[in-house]
Formats: sequence, structure tokens, C-alpha cells
Amino acid sequence: MDRATAITVSHLCKTYDSHKAVDDLSFHVYAGEIFGLLGPNGAGKSTTLRVLITLLHPTSGTATVLGHDTVRESDLVRTLIGYVPQERAIDRFLTGREHLELLGALYHLTKEVAAKRIAELLRLVELEAHADRPAKTYSGGMKRKLDIACGLLPDPKILFLDEPTLGLDVQSRLRIWEYVRMLKTRGMTVVMTTNYLDEADQLCDRLAIIDGGKIKALGAPAELKITLGGDIVSLKIKETARVGTLAAAVMGQPAIRSVNATATGLDIRVESAEKAIPAILEAANRLDCRLEFIDYHRPRLDDVFMAHTGRRIQDETPNAAE
Amino acid sequence: MKEYWQEISALTMRWVRRLSREKFSMLFTLVQPMLFWLIFFGNLFQRAADIQVTQAPNYISFLAAGVVVMTVLNNGLAGGVDLLFDKENGFLERLMSTPIHRSSVILSRFLFVMTITSLQVLLILGVAYLFGVEPATGLLGIATILLIGMMFGVGLTAISMAMAFSVKSHGDFFSVLGFLSLPMIFLSSALVPLAAMPGWMSFLARFNPMTWAIDAVRPLILSGWSEALPHVGMVLVVMLAFDILCLYGGAKAFRRAMG
Repeated sequence: MDRATAITVSHLCKTYDSHKAVDDLSFHVYAGEIFGLLGPNGAGKSTTLRVLITLLHPTSGTATVLGHDTVRESDLVRTLIGYVPQERAIDRFLTGREHLELLGALYHLTKEVAAKRIAELLRLVELEAHADRPAKTYSGGMKRKLDIACGLLPDPKILFLDEPTLGLDVQSRLRIWEYVRMLKTRGMTVVMTTNYLDEADQLCDRLAIIDGGKIKALGAPAELKITLGGDIVSLKIKETARVGTLAAAVMGQPAIRSVNATATGLDIRVESAEKAIPAILEAANRLDCRLEFIDYHRPRLDDVFMAHTGRRIQDETPNAAE
Repeated sequence: MKEYWQEISALTMRWVRRLSREKFSMLFTLVQPMLFWLIFFGNLFQRAADIQVTQAPNYISFLAAGVVVMTVLNNGLAGGVDLLFDKENGFLERLMSTPIHRSSVILSRFLFVMTITSLQVLLILGVAYLFGVEPATGLLGIATILLIGMMFGVGLTAISMAMAFSVKSHGDFFSVLGFLSLPMIFLSSALVPLAAMPGWMSFLARFNPMTWAIDAVRPLILSGWSEALPHVGMVLVVMLAFDILCLYGGAKAFRRAMG
């Protein structure tokens, strides 16, 4: 299928002092899709996002948004995009409506056009009742809704969201996901960064797994899981000191693809669970390890992430400087 | 051009709204120079201040010029604080992701600070008038005082904004601010004429742009055009150089901070 490309990133690098925040990144985003940048803190997702919205200049490489270079045609790009930042970028003393009016002026809208859009957006994000109260009286979820309304005000072709549901309660998260899906039905392209696996899995049409400034995997969530193939066997043992020895013993068995040791046990990628489990249990028995827990499942995004980066997404990155 | 104006007026209105919503802060900001320095300090040192030394009818009239320039100093150096907070909470990023001219944010801040400072200066001169201080150069002199104040203020605000963009944490910003303000006031002719200061202090005070400003504003209040004009001419040149330097430094800091 021949799809229009909304964003092209080509060999993008961004270096701060001697730290490579983004290292030779290349990918496309197709028009009308929800694209995710998934990775832990410090992976380089926000840096990449900021380059795309023209707030940062790349050290080398290019980024093209809707056919326009983000450095040479930055003003034009800014008129076509919307941005929902990670932090609550809110002025406590302004009301919700005043935020939108300010942005309306900054996007050079006439008062009439702005007023119409503001009314629509307040209705969309359900902030009508609170629109004229100062933002300092808003709850976390309301501030997020205001953020989204602000991002949508210029009626952008592409909306960029930086960790949209970070720190929100379950209700608000689901609400935000609903909005994002609704935006897609309106034909908007959405690019978001996230470190939530469930968000990436359920919301994104395609995603790039980013770690240490590099892309480790790129594709649709389902694709990435199927490509991984096989099953994942997870077990926990009581004798945690022997995890290393057990890992070594299991490694040598047939039908084992890879073994990852955790603090309390192992995560093992196998060709097939029925072949591998007896061999694993035997190894555990020989080493006198008592099993506390064992299960197996088809690959989840969690496992995809681990397979490509060597660790779970919650583990700390050594130099987390985003 | 129309767009430029739309951006700047919307951004400036934001500062105005904020000020009007922080009623106490606003009152305090406007009233502080008059209350503490002019009225309290001025009256307190009435008799301690020697008329031969100050060459003025009373200490308040001597002090008035100092209070005017002190106000410009404090407002100017604090002018970048709001930008610092915007940078820290991400609001600045939101503004910069819109298609505004990059300079609009800075210009709106200048506009706001200069306006508030000018209002305060007028208020100070008004209160001084109630205490018997009549500007010898009349309305034109007052306009000249405002001009000097604004020129000095521009450079100071630029320094403040450069600091706001360059510091890593806002603790640094306030430490530097506190460290600079009081010494600058005492090492100037605000409270005591240069001639009456100990040698080393008057030496240092000569390099302080505040001194230049005060030594031009004071004759405008106390003496008249013939005495004031040479100082005024001098200070306008000095302030121009000061402003160019500060604006250049500020622009560099801004560009560096914007990646």
C-alpha cells in the first residue's frame, strides 16, 4: 500500500557536550497513523521529539515534517503542528480560556476564528465548566486536558505528545487514549513518546523502540511480537543465589534461544514451551533449586523490548540525561 | 508587522493579567520603594545627613534621585525571573513551538518591565513632591528622568534575562541577584554623594552605571538644566553603550538556550 509520508528522519544525531542523546536515527511516520517512540528515561525520545517540533537543531542529519526541513523551514513547520508537552506547561494565574486565547494570538488567528475553535475545544475536552477559573485550581487530569486543547488549537496536521499519560490516574489515562484514537479518525497524524508498554501496545499503529539514543526495533506492535516468535518461560526460584548457575545450565539445553537473569529468577526465550519446559525443570532439579513460580506466554511487548535492548523497560539507564 | 504586534500585545497582556491577579504582590511591588526608602529612610536620616555634604535642601530631595535609580535597578534585575520560571516549567517551550517571531517573548518582557518601572518612577516623584521635592526642570525634566530610567532598565533587564536563560537552577539566579543588588546600591551615589565617600568606595562607585544615572537625575530634580545637561548627555552615551553590550550578551544567551 502506498501511503503518504508525514515525517522523515534521516541519520539524526544530537550531541550534548560529549553525550550522544540521539545517535543516527532514521525512520518514517506515515500520514494518519499513531506513531510511538517507546523507551526508558534518557533513551532520547524527548530529544527526538523536540527536534521534530523545531525546538532543537540536530547536530547532524535531517528531519522533514510534511515535506519541510525542520531547521531551514522551521517557521512553516510550526504553523502545521501542535505540541502537548510533558510537563504541565501551564500559567497558574491564567484561566483555561485565557491560555487558549493567548495561543490563538500567537498562531495569528483572528478573534472570531479563535473564539469558535476555543468553544469547540473546551467542549471536546470537557473543560467548559472550568474554562474561566485560574489554572491553579485544576486537577492533574484537567491540566492535561488543557494541554491537549492547547495542542489542538492551531488545527494541526500532526500532533506531538510527549509522555501524554505520565503520572495520571487510570480514568484519565483511558480518557486520553480515547481522545488520541478519536483524533486519528479525524485524519490527524499523532506522534507520541512513552515509556508505558501498554500504551505503546494498545494505542500505536507503529512504534520505534529507542534505547541509548538508537532505534532497536521498528514496526507495528503485532509485527514485532510475531517476529520475535517462540514462547517466553518465566520462573522464580527460592535459592536466588543460584540464579546465575541455573542460567548457565539452562543455556546449554536444546530449544533455548536466550536466557535473561533477573534478581529472583529467569526469563527464557524458547522455541516451544513443550520442548523446553521439561529440560528447564530438570536443570533446576539437578541444581537443587526449588521453584516458586513458573509460567509461559506468547511474546508480549515487554519481551520484545527486552529482546532488543537486553533489559526491562523500568531498569535505570546509566546516563539518563534527556 | 501586524502579526508581530499581535504576538507582543498578547504576551504582554499575560504579564499584566498576572500582576493584577496577585493583588498583594502588586501592591507591595509598587509601594515598596516609596515606603521604605523614600519615606522611612529619607526622613530618618534628615538630621544625620549634613546639608553641606549633600548640597540639597533636605535629605529626601537628595535621596529621591537615588530611589528612582534603585527602583530601576531592582525591577531590571528581577525582570528575567518570570522567564526563568517559564523555562523551568516548560511554558517557554510551549510558546517557542508556535510560529512567533523568536524575539517576541523578550520584547514583551521589556515592554512590561519598562512600563511598570516608569509608573513607579512617576509615583516616587509624586510622593517626593508631597514631601516638598519639586523637580527643578519641570515636566520636561521628568520626561528626561523617565528616559534615563528606561535606558538603564533595558540593559539591566537584558542581563537578568541572560541570567535566566543561562543558570542551571533557579537558586543560582536568586543568589546572584541578592549578591549584586545591595552592593550596587551602596557603591553608588544613591545615599551619599561621591565626594563624601571613603576613597576606595568612591573609586569603585565611579564604575557603577547607577552612579552615572543618579548624577544625571539628581541635578534634574535639584538644580536645573544648566547643571544637569552635561551629565544627561554623558549618561545617555554611557547607557547606550551599556545597553548594546547587555543586549548582545542577552541575545547570545537566548540563542544558546534555545538549542
